[in-house]
Amino acid sequence: MGKITEKIKQGKVLISDGAWGTFLQNKGLAIGECPELWNITHPGEVLDIARSYIDSGADMIETNSFGGTRFKLEKFNLADQVFTLNKAAAQISREAAGTKLVLGSVGPTGKILMMGDVTEDELYEAFKEQACGLEAGGVDAVVVETMSDIDEARIAIKAAKENTQLEVICTMTFEKTVTGEYRSMMGVSPAEMVQPLLDAGADIIGANCGNGIAGMVNIVKEIRKINPLIPVLIHANAGMPVYNDGETVFPEKPEEMAAFIPEIIAAGANIIGGCCGTTPEHICKIKEAVNKQT
Amino acid sequence: MSELLAKIAECIEFGKINKAAPFPPQMKGQEGADELTRQAIDEGIPAQQILTEGLMIGMEKVGIKFRENKVFVPQVLMSAKAMSTAMMHLKPFFLSGEVKEKGTLIIGTVEGDLHDIGKNLVSMMVEGNGWKVVDLGTDVKADQFVAALKEHQNAIVGLSALLTTTMVNMGKITKAIKEAVPEAKVAIGGAPVTDDFRKKIGADAYSPDPQGLVEYLNTQVA
Repeated sequence: MGKITEKIKQGKVLISDGAWGTFLQNKGLAIGECPELWNITHPGEVLDIARSYIDSGADMIETNSFGGTRFKLEKFNLADQVFTLNKAAAQISREAAGTKLVLGSVGPTGKILMMGDVTEDELYEAFKEQACGLEAGGVDAVVVETMSDIDEARIAIKAAKENTQLEVICTMTFEKTVTGEYRSMMGVSPAEMVQPLLDAGADIIGANCGNGIAGMVNIVKEIRKINPLIPVLIHANAGMPVYNDGETVFPEKPEEMAAFIPEIIAAGANIIGGCCGTTPEHICKIKEAVNKQT
Repeated sequence: MSELLAKIAECIEFGKINKAAPFPPQMKGQEGADELTRQAIDEGIPAQQILTEGLMIGMEKVGIKFRENKVFVPQVLMSAKAMSTAMMHLKPFFLSGEVKEKGTLIIGTVEGDLHDIGKNLVSMMVEGNGWKVVDLGTDVKADQFVAALKEHQNAIVGLSALLTTTMVNMGKITKAIKEAVPEAKVAIGGAPVTDDFRKKIGADAYSPDPQGLVEYLNTQVA
């Protein structure tokens, strides 16, 4: 059993980190610039983000590698830098984390299998290459996140599982439909996600991004109906973005998100953190709320 | 004859490409959009009628089901594949002028944004409704939209963005387009975009789903 699942087995609710992308932009990452390249060009800024989440009480932090497959990096002519950029991402978060845990972030490739954009083998190779870079840089686990297609998610999990010693987490992104159900862009429901991801080898599953933490409570309940035991991780956005005076803001305040902690723990979440728009302050408040519960 | 067109519409709606295609399972072994469109042409049905009473009906149905969350992206992609397969048979009639496009949509994902799934989906739905689509790709800057608009007079412009950080570029691009071509119409869409945002940036139309854009475009047919 891996380190993270071991802790969850002991009955702990763990705290993960908050947003990276929006944080990098606040630090000056220009729109259209490659975020992963900052692991080489601005390692101090990236380290600063990682440290701020450790300082706010997170038990685990992610890496600046969400777009770290060759399919994303090729848009910046960096497809031959996959290993280097992912290794550097992992090293930075490792340095900040010390004995805390590091989750290597793996996002979708943007390619659609069923349209013939890529083959399953090509996807597998791309995820394998990224996972190996992350492992070389010292991550404890890989988190395959923001997935909408079950096949791409399965391939990413398998590639990490079969080529590294790491624990593998997979979270998909769900939107609320007009009928009130939750579905990914490709039509997958939280309930439908569970078995395929476990069969592919995921140690921990869950949801990230989406429309805010209130919806995440329902998503956790839906997962728990299918499987009462699998560890569940939630990285929630700070609500739905709103446009205000030339910039978009995520409206949920740290206290507002923290108010849902009792409910989401009761629903069965084991690891709780943030996604787009969340800050170290959000993580700090979530941590306080979790400590009150456990 | 109308029975054949209804069958073609059904193939498009459910994404039945050709006889060999395994999808959808309930239509396995049946002829698909490919064979039936060929048959319709061979039977002498006018190409325009095949398009409007067959293919477009099917695309509209899947567009409406997508808006109602009764189907999701994969089903729309399969419908679009069936549509483009059928359109190969109609291509000569477009080239000869026997079938005319309703108009032109210039589409692109805005500057700074490299996401293209949503844009491609919209392009397919709009094409499937009988429009010509000029796809400028991703990370498209204001001057590229303006240049395309000068090349394709009277075209309508569609802007796409996935990120909250790049949607703000829609404002800049809309402004540049309106300055260069004051009568130009700009439609916007993408996950973080809202109608409120559209009003603030002075764009002409917003739709949360591709079918809504198709409906808007059809109100603009000269």
